[in-house]
Amino acid sequence: MSIWINEHSKVLVQGITGSQGTFHATKMIEYGTDIVGGVTPGKGGQSLDLFGKSVTVYDGMYEAIQATDANASVIYVPPQFAAEAIMEAADAFDQIKGEGVVVCITEGIPTLDMVKAVAYVNQRPGVRLIGPNCPGIITPGIEGGCKIGIMPGHIHKKGRIGIVSKSGTLTYEAVAQTMSIGEGQSTCIGIGGDPVNGTGFIDCLAGFQDDIQTEAIVMIGEIGGTAEEDAAAWAAENVTKPIVGFVAGATAPPGKRMGHAGAIISGGKGTAAEKFAAFKSAGIYVANDPSEIGAVLAVALKEAGLL
Amino acid sequence: MNIHEYQGKAMFRKAGVNVLDGVHCTSIEDALSAYDSLGSKVVAVKSQIHAGGRGKGTLYSPESGEKVMEGGVKIAFSREDVELYSRNILGNKLVTIQTGENGKIVNNLYVEAGCAIAHEYYLAILVDREAKAVLIMASTEGGMDIEKVAENTPEALHKVWVDPAAGLLGFQKRNLGMDLGLSGAALKSFFGLLGKLYDVFVKNDCAMVEINPLVRSEDDEIIALDAKVSFDENASFRHKEWEDIRDLGEEDDAEVRAKELGLSYVKLDGDIGCLVNGAGLAMATMDVIQLYGGEPANFLDLGGGAGEDTVNAAFEIILEDHNVKGILVNIFGGIQRCDVVANGVLASVERIGLEVPLVIRLSGTNYKEGRAIIDASDLQTYSVDTLAEGAKKIVELIGGES
Repeated sequence: MSIWINEHSKVLVQGITGSQGTFHATKMIEYGTDIVGGVTPGKGGQSLDLFGKSVTVYDGMYEAIQATDANASVIYVPPQFAAEAIMEAADAFDQIKGEGVVVCITEGIPTLDMVKAVAYVNQRPGVRLIGPNCPGIITPGIEGGCKIGIMPGHIHKKGRIGIVSKSGTLTYEAVAQTMSIGEGQSTCIGIGGDPVNGTGFIDCLAGFQDDIQTEAIVMIGEIGGTAEEDAAAWAAENVTKPIVGFVAGATAPPGKRMGHAGAIISGGKGTAAEKFAAFKSAGIYVANDPSEIGAVLAVALKEAGLL
Repeated sequence: MNIHEYQGKAMFRKAGVNVLDGVHCTSIEDALSAYDSLGSKVVAVKSQIHAGGRGKGTLYSPESGEKVMEGGVKIAFSREDVELYSRNILGNKLVTIQTGENGKIVNNLYVEAGCAIAHEYYLAILVDREAKAVLIMASTEGGMDIEKVAENTPEALHKVWVDPAAGLLGFQKRNLGMDLGLSGAALKSFFGLLGKLYDVFVKNDCAMVEINPLVRSEDDEIIALDAKVSFDENASFRHKEWEDIRDLGEEDDAEVRAKELGLSYVKLDGDIGCLVNGAGLAMATMDVIQLYGGEPANFLDLGGGAGEDTVNAAFEIILEDHNVKGILVNIFGGIQRCDVVANGVLASVERIGLEVPLVIRLSGTNYKEGRAIIDASDLQTYSVDTLAEGAKKIVELIGGES
């Protein structure tokens, strides 16, 4: 198994006719994702030929889900329309299927728009939002797999390590580190680097704890907020599988936004030192350098009798 | 994006939030005519910079470095005071706990009428990332450092979370006012002010509005004596008016130019330049450089799918910093193709020349092609496989410990 998506998940692409949407829809199909359709308001009825597959475009999410029985959608629409796209997807999945996974890749959505969108999604408990401003979620299969997002598919392999991260490229780094010790991944989730997002660390840890395929977890945080501290405290009580943690931003000066809107130390809170300390006191294995994640993971697996 | 106090107060005034009369000045003559026009015997002469701690800061002459005056916010009791204080402030360098030791040159002043203060409070509106809602915080301990209040007397800090669907409700405003010990006319005044201030926050896509102090005057009016306002830059597409109030003089020139090119750049104090794709990896690169005994000169995130031109621009910006003694390129290609970065690096070096050592780590999409391009060139570089190797190598090459 894996969490939230599997190799057979049926995926819609919101914003499929835009350059990003078309490009990544093609990459996802190449990887093996079952892209069942796309949505762009005003372009319904068109058909796109992507990597030899004919993909129908719909005007809205209700119509698209009804026509395709999709389980998930991925959003590549520009920031000014993205919060609305999230809410449209959430409502459509809720009304038609009672559940669904909505992955928002878009970077640069206003924070107050996300406050509204997250509250809206939370009123529809069957719907899960991942992101925004994230690389997405991937479950590698034996052949291909299900990739919903923008990560390079070819670096992954099916296996027993679950990965959750706020950062994109640092997630790829973590994937490469697991591969360096011969381990593959169950599911990798980028939860995004914005201050207000959907799925958080704790949701992912809970998912991995309950997933039989996942035997160990890699968790990558960033400075800003207290999500890492909260997750560490929760893990100490609820997670029995070994966790390896890293936090980026130990050298970041306070008050400066480090690329991600959420990666900022404000009012003396959200420093890497506090997060590393919380990891250690929760029994999480700490990597001080991302190039050490593989080696630390090997130690964690060994001590848990898994290697 | 931050704005000055005088700009924040103009926003407040327009929205009907109580503020005192004041005039924005850029010269001593302005300040004197402001004093004449305000008709207040006592006025505050306030330095305008994008940093807190102005009142307890110190002014220095930018040329000689000599101390000019203690305090960047002064109370003037006469026209002569106004002249002296504005002369001591304008054009001089204000160093506060938030500016760092280099301080900031003060080019703007705010001359504000005085008022009889009965009590000082603290009020802030911001987004609580954990609760995923707008949070209003208020305390009876105004004028103090709010982090100290939160730590020493958490019971003095009152909080209200706004339901995104319902908005700020009347009972929440009333309860918060009563928590501050207000009653009668003062409570009514607070109720009105908070509602208007919340509207300012939402309509202007603020990241934070902080008023420290918010005061109760002797005739029971609640007045914003300070205004620290910052905007959520993600919302700039719907706030064209921000262009007019942005003070680029307060921002680092290289950071502003980098942003126009789609790069995210933050200048730091070290000597190892970093060129990385992805914000998390860029931060981790800085951390690992420090872990191996070096100091990063910058944070630089190329973004996703940068072209050769962007790589070129990134190189130029890194090399403008004369502290840079070596560069570490760290790319994990996802959308970003390593061969594009390699070509960009070569083109940059050819165009601007390179007198410092360069270490390159390419991984992920098209890394083999990228390395082949670097290896086939005459460029003196060091190729490494991992971030740790790259950090060790660059620290060693610039003669630091390793």
